[in-house]
Amino acid sequence: MSSYIGQSVKRLEDKRFLTGKGHYTDDIILPQQTYAYIIRSPYAHARIVKIDISAAESAKGVVAIFKGKEIADEGIAGVPCGWQVDFKNGETMKEPPHPLLVVDKVRHLGDGVVVVIAESKAEARDAAELVEIEYDVLEAVIDPKKAAQAGAPLVHEDCPNNMCFDWELGNPKADVDAAMGKAHHVTSLEFVNQRVIPNAMEPRAAIGDYQVATDKYTLYTSSQNPHLIRLLMCAFVLGIPEHKVRVVSPDVGGGFGSKIFHYAEEALMIWCSRKLERPVKWTSDRSEAFLTDAHGRDHVTEAKMGFDADGKIMALRVNTYANLGAYLSTFAPAVPTYLHGTLMQGLYTTPLINIDVTATFTHTTAVDAYRGAGRPEATYLLERMFDLAALEMNVDPAELRFKNFIPAFDGVEQEGYQTQVALQYDSGDYEPVLKRALEMVGYDKFRAEQAAQSNGKLLGIGFSTYIEACGIAPSAVVGALGARAGLYESAQVRVQPTGKVSVFTGSHSHGQGHETTFAQVVADKMGIPLEDVDIVHGDSDSVAFGMGTYGSRSLAVGGSAIVKSIEKVLEKGAKIAAHLLEANPDDLDYAEGKWTVKGTDKSVGFGDVSLTAYVPHNYPEGLEPGLDFSSFYDPANFTYPFGAHIAIVEIDKETGKVDLKRFIAVDDVGNVINPMIVDGQIHGGLAQGIGQALFEGAIYDDTGQLINGSYMDYCMPRADDLPSFEIDRTVTPCPHNPLGVKGAGEAGCIGSTPAVVNAVVDALWKGGFKVKDVAMPMTSQRVWTAMQSETV
Amino acid sequence: MIPSTFEYKKASSVDEAISLLTEDAKLLAGGHSLIPAMKLRLNQPSSLIDISDIDALKGISDGGDHVLIGAAATHADIAHSALVKGACSMISDGAEQIGDIQVRNKGTIGGSLAHADPAADWPALVIAADAIIVMQGASGSREVAAASFFTGFYETALAENEIITAIKIPKLTTGSSSTYVKFSQPASRFAIVGCAVVKNMDEAGEVGNIKVAITGVSEKAYRDHAVEDELMGQPLNQDVINAAASKAASRVDVMSDHYASQEYRKHLASVYVKKALQNLI
Repeated sequence: MSSYIGQSVKRLEDKRFLTGKGHYTDDIILPQQTYAYIIRSPYAHARIVKIDISAAESAKGVVAIFKGKEIADEGIAGVPCGWQVDFKNGETMKEPPHPLLVVDKVRHLGDGVVVVIAESKAEARDAAELVEIEYDVLEAVIDPKKAAQAGAPLVHEDCPNNMCFDWELGNPKADVDAAMGKAHHVTSLEFVNQRVIPNAMEPRAAIGDYQVATDKYTLYTSSQNPHLIRLLMCAFVLGIPEHKVRVVSPDVGGGFGSKIFHYAEEALMIWCSRKLERPVKWTSDRSEAFLTDAHGRDHVTEAKMGFDADGKIMALRVNTYANLGAYLSTFAPAVPTYLHGTLMQGLYTTPLINIDVTATFTHTTAVDAYRGAGRPEATYLLERMFDLAALEMNVDPAELRFKNFIPAFDGVEQEGYQTQVALQYDSGDYEPVLKRALEMVGYDKFRAEQAAQSNGKLLGIGFSTYIEACGIAPSAVVGALGARAGLYESAQVRVQPTGKVSVFTGSHSHGQGHETTFAQVVADKMGIPLEDVDIVHGDSDSVAFGMGTYGSRSLAVGGSAIVKSIEKVLEKGAKIAAHLLEANPDDLDYAEGKWTVKGTDKSVGFGDVSLTAYVPHNYPEGLEPGLDFSSFYDPANFTYPFGAHIAIVEIDKETGKVDLKRFIAVDDVGNVINPMIVDGQIHGGLAQGIGQALFEGAIYDDTGQLINGSYMDYCMPRADDLPSFEIDRTVTPCPHNPLGVKGAGEAGCIGSTPAVVNAVVDALWKGGFKVKDVAMPMTSQRVWTAMQSETV
Repeated sequence: MIPSTFEYKKASSVDEAISLLTEDAKLLAGGHSLIPAMKLRLNQPSSLIDISDIDALKGISDGGDHVLIGAAATHADIAHSALVKGACSMISDGAEQIGDIQVRNKGTIGGSLAHADPAADWPALVIAADAIIVMQGASGSREVAAASFFTGFYETALAENEIITAIKIPKLTTGSSSTYVKFSQPASRFAIVGCAVVKNMDEAGEVGNIKVAITGVSEKAYRDHAVEDELMGQPLNQDVINAAASKAASRVDVMSDHYASQEYRKHLASVYVKKALQNLI
């Protein structure tokens, strides 16, 4: 029986979101609440000469003003990093302190210097104008490769060459190079995967609330990850007892990765609240968000891919400089390494792979996970190389992929696929996604149309066949790779006496629709109506523990934990039902919300069993009352969604303007619970990935000023920039989790970017402009410039 | 994003607004440039004088040989006006290309002209239309031709104590036609190049009179006489158009930013002059 799973149930949470009744951190107003304004550095790199707060202190409404020194004097070093990657020589990565407010030096534009707390937001802002800070401005370094060169300005004095770590994965370089030397054709490319700014609709916000009477702390924060924030803040930043701290992430308006991390402002608000014994609220404004939300991507890469005469890949060699920004954000070291290097196999049988990553500090905002986190960068690299190789060798890019795909394996009858770069893929069947995408695009017809094009436009097609590692992640595996946390998930299924069900999940929904998808799973598995299920998340006082939502993990890991708890509920329920039916539990079937004695019409309903569990008058001997179970689920492996994306673009030869005409996406995310929600996730991911290809990108000047730190200059994709997406799916169930799901949150963003760039390069190439690359975002100017200099 | 303290005053007449217009005061109509600048504290006026509800500044009316547009008419009012469309179609077409729906519903023509953003659409449109800007100060009313109104980078002929009250758009005469084409900056959707053209053909089928105005390219919107000179007395065919377009932006200092270098912007000016002229064949 499955009446909800697989149905496009309308999102239960949308009523409050669409009617403006969502409840976000900034909507919370506590008694006696004060307001913080953080004065931030206007320079990327400067020594602080003097801070004069005397005029501001006496300004109207001011409650307190704090500087970094007062925090440092209490022995608080700052926010920690949650992932350790060691140097190739075995030394631990460099982990310079990341203070809540700086003491003597600012290291990026927007670094926090002084916090002004006042009775109102406006008074805090006004008083901040009166704080005088004198800076001695220093030279800055922005580019991750230049940062590693001798003589570059140092971000941290004790990090020579600005190196955080260097790292290598795969086969020995000598073997890879030897194979490359024998290759029939080598495609090489140097490119930048540019820095993007997350731009969640709701800016970050945090309220610290210390209650002196109870000695308890509450942090309200716009976070994807409330329990981990609590752990990091208590144990590693402020040294306060975890059981006295509650962290609440109420409705959160989007994160895209940027709200996974423990930010300085969160600990700062708690610290200030303890000082003042009053709640302190900070809400980022949009300009501040541009400067302080962790950014994404920012890789400078050189890659070589060698092919034999038949077009089979022989070897892949990659060298990447990864920009970490000025400080280590929570998961920053994992992104260019274990979420990037491990994906270099792609969907292909490449026998020899080596990737070398150098991670550097620069005078820029910290860089960390951003929708896809490392996997889009890996996909971008592989898929750009593939289409370019096809152009260079004059072979069809689709055919080249079919030639190199890993053969189908289900992970049950056949073993998982062991890559050259540490991972073992769970299950995969790659040909059908590309075949379906080719069918949808009408490939032969398109190529004919492209050849006949003669209207002053250039038509191009671009491919991307991607794989991602999601359902993050088996704790022991990631622990061995440097994670300082486990990546399981918890779930509690509490059956109320009336048979209604409250589910407490450690996953966190900030737009994904968990309240609907999870309820569908629970209702189906328990055979009860959807409206009898309530999904609770985002509060450390009600949810036992959680590792939050990112890495397309919620359903695969959090959903699996829920299923485990449901199984426990039903197992105990069967004992109670058996008692009521005077039968043996093994003789009962459970379906449609009731236990029935096999082969009879004797049955008892879920509601009666629930009531009996809490009113245990007629009850099995020795059985505890109640019907309430918790579980932790630690996945056996990552999950590996995959898919094929195809972009068709038209370039205006006169202006260089790129018009995205069509976008086809065929994704395999395993089993699907709610097709509408999965479609929505794919659509959003596509828009974001296309945004990186065509519109988005942080621009820093040489002094470290962010040139495009507002929506007047930083271009987000808009509905009228995008065609109606043409999407479809294949289903290859995940063999190792109970729902067979793989995760859908990042797929669109991972697959789409290279397809668009490949389409532009294809259009240019077929139009006679044999360029290998157009830097993202592919603005009209960049495409036009490519057509000026590279005419054949 | 909190502005510094200011006083808010609502004016019920133009005279009252002028009397309130002290040195540190700013006029508030649509507020689409002013309010963001205030929130960023780039602009910190001591008071805001709200003129958005003054009836005398609203409305679009028939003035005989011209259409009279109140300074507080919104871009949307103008875009949707049949009167304006009938008088000079590029004015309503151009209004439709400004910003987005929210901006068009709130932003006003008078506010945009007074702000004189070098990438705004209105400056090119009013220059090509040969519009008259009507202004009022304490000592009375005066009129300035649009071509003389823009004096520099965000600078106009408007005196500190003056308010734009109306814009007179001459009705196109028989044989005249107009067009506005624009290449937008993708984020702001301001013009990287906006080209407005009004042309009149003489009885011989040659260009008798032409006004080509360009915005977004230089420190202020301007009449591109280099282009016009190539067109005067010529038939409007592709060769003539190409020759004229190649002269675009050849006599001004061309701006540069990360979306368009000098070279690319100058090239776009030629392309968009060509597109505009082709629209008028």
